[in-house]
Amino acid sequence: MPRAWRIGLALAALSAAALGLSLAFGSRAIAPLDLARVLFAPDGSVDAQIVQELRLPRALAAFGTGGLLAIAGALMQVLLRNPLADPYVMGASGGAAVGALGAMLLGAGGVLIQGGAFGGALASTGLVFMLARREFAGASLTDPGTGAPRLLLAGVMLAALWTALVTLLLTIAPEARIRGMLFWLAGDLSAGSGGAVAWAALIVITLAAWPLGRALNVVLRGPIAAQALGVRVQGVRRLLFVLASLATAVAVTTSGAVGFVGLVVPHALRLAIGNDQRVLLPACALAGGALLVLADTVARTVIAPQQLPVGLVTALLGVPSFLMLLLGRMR
Amino acid sequence: MNGVVLLDARELDLRVGARTLLSALTLQVRAGELWCLLGPNGSGKTTLLHTLAGLRAPALGSVSCLGLDVASAAPEQLARRRGLLTQSVHDSFSARALDVVLLGRHPHHDRWSFGDSDDDRRIALDALVAVDAAALAARDVTTLSGGERQRVALAALLAQQVPLMLLDEPTAHLDLKHQIGLLEHLHVWVQQGERAAVLALHDLNLAARFATHALLLAPDGRASTGPVDDVMTDAALAAAFDHPLHRQRVDSRWIYLPG
Repeated sequence: MPRAWRIGLALAALSAAALGLSLAFGSRAIAPLDLARVLFAPDGSVDAQIVQELRLPRALAAFGTGGLLAIAGALMQVLLRNPLADPYVMGASGGAAVGALGAMLLGAGGVLIQGGAFGGALASTGLVFMLARREFAGASLTDPGTGAPRLLLAGVMLAALWTALVTLLLTIAPEARIRGMLFWLAGDLSAGSGGAVAWAALIVITLAAWPLGRALNVVLRGPIAAQALGVRVQGVRRLLFVLASLATAVAVTTSGAVGFVGLVVPHALRLAIGNDQRVLLPACALAGGALLVLADTVARTVIAPQQLPVGLVTALLGVPSFLMLLLGRMR
Repeated sequence: MNGVVLLDARELDLRVGARTLLSALTLQVRAGELWCLLGPNGSGKTTLLHTLAGLRAPALGSVSCLGLDVASAAPEQLARRRGLLTQSVHDSFSARALDVVLLGRHPHHDRWSFGDSDDDRRIALDALVAVDAAALAARDVTTLSGGERQRVALAALLAQQVPLMLLDEPTAHLDLKHQIGLLEHLHVWVQQGERAAVLALHDLNLAARFATHALLLAPDGRASTGPVDDVMTDAALAAAFDHPLHRQRVDSRWIYLPG
């Protein structure tokens, strides 16, 4: 399949370029030759320290998170057969926020905050699917197409509930903790930790979902048509749910509530390369990573030395895309 | 006719909730036969087709397809023996019509096979030609009309290359020319090799013209089965559809006139 490889290579080159840019730019610009030197042969200079200790871990965490969010979005969109599904829209990020902020409020440290976020994201996705279990549990294959909007709306409502709880937590939180909480909420990559976990999860989840690509294309035709074509629809759905939830949970644990990457990236890629999941899924992993690295670079540089939360940049990209998708479908 | 039995349903009971749609249906579909499924709205035509396809368990009884019990068969094995055309598919995502037809080749790939072969592409293109939709190959399915979409779905079913086709209202949304074209195609198709088709239809005249056999679902859960002329009598149809109706011979063909 030469086309898939061409697309993959182009996106890999784009990813490398995005990572290079994010290492070179910031409150202190580093020339390309110097960058190569301090990256591959660190010499203890200020530039080397900036790249090795600040920018590289941050860029890697951003890439892992972006890839995970994009692939989670793509998988949820197949699961719900709806291009509007996204970890943030579906309330998973909100659940993670409640978990993480709750831990912060109790004065917990790094690992517990991450645990809170991970648990909150899993609990929230689990809850959405329990609310709509009629469509997804048991052997029922009937009701084609009508269950998905219900599930999407259940997610949106749950997200609203999480927002209310987050407001409550912010109201009762002591002054000193509020800034950290607000940063977490808007997507915070400054901690720059968890990059390795995010990368490992990204690789494992992409490799687990990729061989399903052909079956996922069939599932997009609806559960009955897919089962008639020999796809074990219930099993595939369960696997999709587990992979999408895990990807979301790891992503929000690494970087806080970064929204809309899971919506924008699959949508843009579908327009560019089509909706063949065999090509789309790995492309999402690469393009999602590259997009978040670039968004983070913008967030760090536009008002340097001040930093914007990366979630702000992705929301500015994501909300118009969501509305365009929604209004385009209503025509 | 004494062709091979492609579909064998025994003592089938279908229930939805507390309502019994069908009781004690025994049906054998042999090679070369074109069965049409007739019955009023809500009489269980779709439920019966899904049950025959093995996608829904009957309350009682068993179905086997070319000797394979559909309840216990692996889905991928079943998908190489029978295909199902569902009622209108809702497309949320753009896709080329040719790619949708290529999905019909899915059962012929093993789990780890990744790409589509040149054979797959040739079969898919032939299928599009067969339903007079070759010109739609590169079109986006979300921009197609209802009838065009229906023909693309039919092409996907043809590309699946199964001996037994189950079709849920295949003529819905089709214009006159394509209705006749489709039924003529099926009529010829079942006579080539060991093949058969079962289709739900609403048009009695088309059913009488093209089908070899008929299955009439009555509201009381009793179904009558047999050669089309025996099953489609004025009295049986009028009772099943709860509407007066009579048939008359025109040019050696039965024409049905609702009262």
